[in-house]
Amino acid sequence: MNKRHIISKRVRHIPPSGIRKFFDIIASMDGVISLGVGEPDFVTPWHIREAGIYSLEKGYTSYTSNYGILELRQEIARYLKARYNLDYDPEREVLVTVGVSEGVDLALRAILDPEDEVIIPAPTYVSYTACTTLSGGVSVPVPTTMDSGFQVRAEEIEERVGPRTKAILIGYPNNPTGAVVDRKELTRIADVARRHNLIVISDEVYERLVYGVEHTCFATLPDVRENTILLGGFSKAFAMTGWRLGYAVASADIIEAMMKIHQYTMMCASTMAQMAAIKALKEGDPHVQEMVTSYDQRRRVMVKGLNDIGLTCFEPKGAFYAFPSIRSTGLSSDEFAERLLLEERVAVIPGAAFGECGEGHVRCCYATSMAEIEEALQRIGNFVKRHRSR
Amino acid sequence: MNEILKILEQDARKTPEQLATMTGIPLAEVEETIRKAESDRTILKYKTMVNWDKLGEEQVWALVEVRVAPQRDVGFDAIAERLYRFPEARTVYLVSGTYDLSVLVVGKTMQEVAGFVSAKLAPIEGVQGTVTHFLLKRFKEDGEILEGEEGPKRVPIVP
Repeated sequence: MNKRHIISKRVRHIPPSGIRKFFDIIASMDGVISLGVGEPDFVTPWHIREAGIYSLEKGYTSYTSNYGILELRQEIARYLKARYNLDYDPEREVLVTVGVSEGVDLALRAILDPEDEVIIPAPTYVSYTACTTLSGGVSVPVPTTMDSGFQVRAEEIEERVGPRTKAILIGYPNNPTGAVVDRKELTRIADVARRHNLIVISDEVYERLVYGVEHTCFATLPDVRENTILLGGFSKAFAMTGWRLGYAVASADIIEAMMKIHQYTMMCASTMAQMAAIKALKEGDPHVQEMVTSYDQRRRVMVKGLNDIGLTCFEPKGAFYAFPSIRSTGLSSDEFAERLLLEERVAVIPGAAFGECGEGHVRCCYATSMAEIEEALQRIGNFVKRHRSR
Repeated sequence: MNEILKILEQDARKTPEQLATMTGIPLAEVEETIRKAESDRTILKYKTMVNWDKLGEEQVWALVEVRVAPQRDVGFDAIAERLYRFPEARTVYLVSGTYDLSVLVVGKTMQEVAGFVSAKLAPIEGVQGTVTHFLLKRFKEDGEILEGEEGPKRVPIVP
């Protein structure tokens, strides 16, 4: 049998990851400083880890409800009430997922019919487009640029609404740009969604990591409750990436539909992780504050450093990424990333990995030690100097 | 102010320029804050935490429990002062419980530490008794785990 026919057209249609080759290069090198990571450099706070360990000691090793442990759903509902004054019924409107990644997948699969379109501001987190394709949908990017601070505008979204448009998928604070969108613009996006009867999937996994601004939770906007799927998680705020735990909240019919897929494909999220997450929500806040302060300090150093080098960088207000322009070097983002790695042993992610409009940029994660950030900036500076003078 | 001091507490080598970048506070203000904190002894000193075990240097640490009779008007302060003047007494705390002063004594040998306790510390007027605990192993000090601490094990490239 010809191998080409074994793999489904849908999967074949998804282009291979552009960053795969960097793995192989890094594996063959010593002394690489990686700004290519996408997760905190903190280990999960000990008392959260300890709660996971304790759950094992006590024998919590069985399945949980498909929706997730009720106490955890109650804690999630309580958290959303306390933080955003949102009211979600923990029994019918909260679903515990295996990371926000699963939440994105479930949300798209729950609402999309073949050829339905999803409008996605770009540059975008890589899985939005792929999951849309895997769900049988078609992604419609809305390019944004550094000149406008990577802000998506409601009318740019509305221009792309067609008869097959089903949803808008946004993720702010944004990976890879670090941009946040203010309440005013989000309200206008909500208006577009309401006018055209669209679902808004709002991935807010970075909600706690904002600097000097307040995060606007999309679900808090007026009259959006019925058509909003809010996705949140534990990975970034509590440094729990490896635990794979997130949640979705939405109206009961949507959560019911998402749960239907979740129960047949996943059953439930890991019990140990759910037990640890309860502790995180109950007692984790001081740790979050500490980590945010630390990211903020490193953010300033990274952004100033990149600008000083001549890689123009707009000020990211959220997440833990800087997304500088590399156009002054004349290199493509892929060339820049590959040569920087080979010549200076610093890993960054080419912007093109996040969509065409990411070209001309690279993503630098500042969730790494200050000493490494300073050394990396030194090396990037040497690299840029060399390549600009050519 | 607090943010600057917290950063310096973790890394005293941060320059005012670095502190200004990290906090977004203007350089002149950072310098003024540090100058003021140094002059009013909010910043006591800048020091380096050394793990002498790495050099194989013999050091003997002992925690000494000291029971004392408090004195009229000054309580424990006068005796504490007589005690903390000795350079061998690395830290001196007044504590609640079955004894009064907790003293960390550091010396080169057990004899040296024992000699200090019996010849200098115990004879101080008002000291009623001492119990000496020699430290066998230091696991964590001032928030730093001395050995075996590993950071997160991350894959280097993640979208």
